[in-house]
Order: sequence, then C-alpha cells, then structure tokens
Amino acid sequence: MAWVNWSAIWKIVVFGLLAGAGLPALFAVGMLSLGLGPKAARANTAGGTDSDVLVGGSVAGMVGAAICFLIVLAAIGWGIYEIYQIGHPSK
Amino acid sequence: MLDKCTLRPVFQKVLRVTYGHTVSNDTVLVLVVITALAFDFTNGFHDTGNAMATSIATGALGPRTAVAISGALNFVGAFLSLAVAATIASGLVDTSDVTLHVVAAGLAGGIIWNLLTWLLGIPSSSSHALIGGVIGSTIAAAGGSAVEWHGLVSKVIIPALLSPFIAALVAAVGTWSLYRISRSMTDGARKHGFRIGQVGSACMVSLAHGTNDAQKTMGVITLALIVNGTLPKGANAPFWVIFCCALAISLGTYIGGWRVIRTLGKGLVEIESPQGMAAESASAAVILLSSSFGYSLSTTHVATGSIIGTGLGKKGADVRWNVLGRMAVAWCFTLPCAALTGAAAYGVAYGVGGTFGVVVLLLILAALAGLIYWRSRGTKVDHNNVNAEWTGTVAPPEEPATATTAGV
Repeated sequence: MAWVNWSAIWKIVVFGLLAGAGLPALFAVGMLSLGLGPKAARANTAGGTDSDVLVGGSVAGMVGAAICFLIVLAAIGWGIYEIYQIGHPSK
Repeated sequence: MLDKCTLRPVFQKVLRVTYGHTVSNDTVLVLVVITALAFDFTNGFHDTGNAMATSIATGALGPRTAVAISGALNFVGAFLSLAVAATIASGLVDTSDVTLHVVAAGLAGGIIWNLLTWLLGIPSSSSHALIGGVIGSTIAAAGGSAVEWHGLVSKVIIPALLSPFIAALVAAVGTWSLYRISRSMTDGARKHGFRIGQVGSACMVSLAHGTNDAQKTMGVITLALIVNGTLPKGANAPFWVIFCCALAISLGTYIGGWRVIRTLGKGLVEIESPQGMAAESASAAVILLSSSFGYSLSTTHVATGSIIGTGLGKKGADVRWNVLGRMAVAWCFTLPCAALTGAAAYGVAYGVGGTFGVVVLLLILAALAGLIYWRSRGTKVDHNNVNAEWTGTVAPPEEPATATTAGV
C-alpha cells in the first residue's frame, strides 16, 4: 500500500475547491442578484456606502438569487447524504 | 441513559478475559471509558474556536449563541460517519499488543497536553494529542513494533502536513472570488449579506468537527473494548459509544474554549465577514471530505490554514506571522510531547500496577487538571472579553478603569 494516497488528496483538493470556494462564490452571486433593482440604487444614493439594504426589488434578480441559494442548499444536503453513505458501510 | 441490557453482557465478557494482572477488568474498562469521555469534553472546548472564532470575531453571532449552536451541531455530526473511528480503533496500533493500561495512559497524556496548550491559548491539535498519547504509551508498553507505522503516516501524519495547505488554498480562492463578485456591492450590504452566509458556513464547520473529532474518542473507546475482548477485532463503534461521545463533545463545545477562540478570531488576522465565510466554508469542505476518507486530520490545523488563506486572498490583509510561528511550533511538538506524556503515564500505571495503578494515574491527572484550571483563573478569558483588541497576549489586560485613552 502506498504511503501517500494521491487519488484521495486529488479528490479532496478538487471537491474542496468546488464546495469550499465554489459554493460561497455562488452565494455571493445570489447576494449580488438579490441586490439588483431600484431600491438598492435609491438606497445607495441616499445612504452612500453605509447602506445595508440587501433586497433590490427586481423580480428577475430575486428569482436569480433564489436559484443560487437553492443550489447551495441542495449541494450541502447532497454532500452530507454522501458522507453519511460512505461513513456507514452497508451492514 | 445506558440501559443495563447493553452493559451487562459487556461486563460478563470482560470478567472472562484473562489479563496480565489479577484485576477486575470491568473497573479498569469503566475508568478508561470515563477518561476517554473526559478527553472528548476537553476536545470540545479546545476546538469550539475552530468553528466559531471567526463568526464571533466579526459579530455575526453572539458569543453564547455561537457556542450553543456549535454544541448542538457537534452532537449531530458525531452520528454522521464512522470512518475515522475505524482508523483510530484498528489502524494505528496492533490491538493484540495493547492493554487497557496502555489506553488509559495514552488518554491521560492527551488530556494533559490539551489542557496545557489551552492554558497558553494555543490552538494545537486535540487529535494529535490523543494519537500521540496512545502511541507513546503503546511504545512504552510493547515497543515500536506494536505501532502500525504505515497507518500512522498515511492516515495521520501526511493528512496533518497537507491539510492546512489545502485549506489555505481553498480559502484564498474563495476569499478572492467573494471580493471579486461583491465588488459592486456597498460595504454595508456586503457586511450584512456575508454575515448571514458566515453563520451557515460556521454551522457546517461545527458539523464537520463532530464527524472528525468526536469519532477519535469513539475510536479510542472502541479500541479499549477490542483490547478487552468485549468486541471482535475490526469492530465498529457500538451505539452507546457514539451517543456518549456525541454528548461529551457537544457539552465541551458549549462550555466554550474562550482562550483559543480569542487567539484564532483576533490574534491571527483581522477578519471581515466575507473572509470569515470563505475561511469557514474551506474548513468545512476539507474536514468533511477528509472524514469520509477516514483521515483523522486536525480540525485545528485546517481552521488555522483557512484563516491564513483568507488573509492571503485579500489584498492588504495583515497576517500576524509571529502568532502563526508560535502555533506551528506547538503543532510540531504536539505528537512527540503527548507521546512522552503518554509514555510517562504508562510508567505510573504500570509501576503501581493493577486497577490501583489506573486509579493512581487518574488521580494524578485530576490533580494536574485542577492545577491548570486554577492557573487559568488568574488570566480569565470568557464571553465578555473574548473580542477585546489584540494586544499581543491571550488574556486581554484588565478593564482599563483608570486609562483615559481606549485603544489606538
């Protein structure tokens, strides 16, 4: 048996990047999409950079955000299910 | 909580097993299980910071809410996988060369090292403390040939060396892309939005911690049961073991290791909420993936790697390399020092001999734990001052009642 399991390490790096960096990035895209629309623009001119308004009011933006957030949640759920399956070999 | 039906056959079998000393093994077994759960408890409070330090530092969660959520998720996580427990129970030492005295001494070594590093506020690895302790006492008892060196290197040492770098890479990529994507957002909206995301990712780290760290204690208790002949070689952890370990680690987490939380949250880098989210997502992903491969890696090393990575991924972030240097030194020393402590503990247990030897060992352990706790009261860190400005020490200076200028 090899001392270093390169295939496991390779998988940890690739899936680690997908889940650990890709999902937060998708969450960020969702936040960005959520902020599209008239309200955010108005808040920006009024409150400057201190505005913490998240919902911009654009319907398309909200739908886009919902899709992003759902993908993130689904990916987490699937990941946990897979880990449970691997961690409990069939009895 | 444990019904007698589960335990009675265990003890009957224990009594039947012949053993080096003329002792009642059930007493020793129970003592070992209690010690293991005590270790699990210290593991919980030593490592709360890994999951929650950055959320507490950015104010995404109140300190006490954070430790409560983390405790609950650690409990759930402990039930998620058994791969790491199998590594510890059957992959590190030759179970036929190990006695209950060896397991007890190994645990004692791990606990002492864990408490010492906690006193100093160093986020060292609880896993390495435990594994080091068990290996040290095994070598003291049966020599180096009883150690499964291949398992130790391929499933513990190599993951320990690589995981912080992988976590740092993932966190740096995550941080860079979060700032890139959110660059058109206002500062206020960005802070608000990523705080929400950070709470989610911190919860994932707590869950991941349960899958990796709670399993180490399950592995040790399973090892003790195998050594005793209660379970066959290569057996999985029984349900009551999983349950007790989950409970002990979540209670420990809830108590909160404020000293370590402070070093991780304030000492290394000043962290904003997008960085906190990137760091925690990276930690959660790396730990969960490694758990499912059965790699007993240090959640502490991963969390530290992620925090460093998130500092590197953002322009102008200031990483306190001297704090990292101090940690890295502690990391290198953890395995050998815990091993020496474990070996010394075996010397005590074996020297005195019998059930009494284990009792003496545990009394010494309790006395040392008490002493360390007493020392820690002098420089208290709790939920009130955990976020105080970093002035180079773990314990913030006393509330400056007389000082006129507060901070720089």
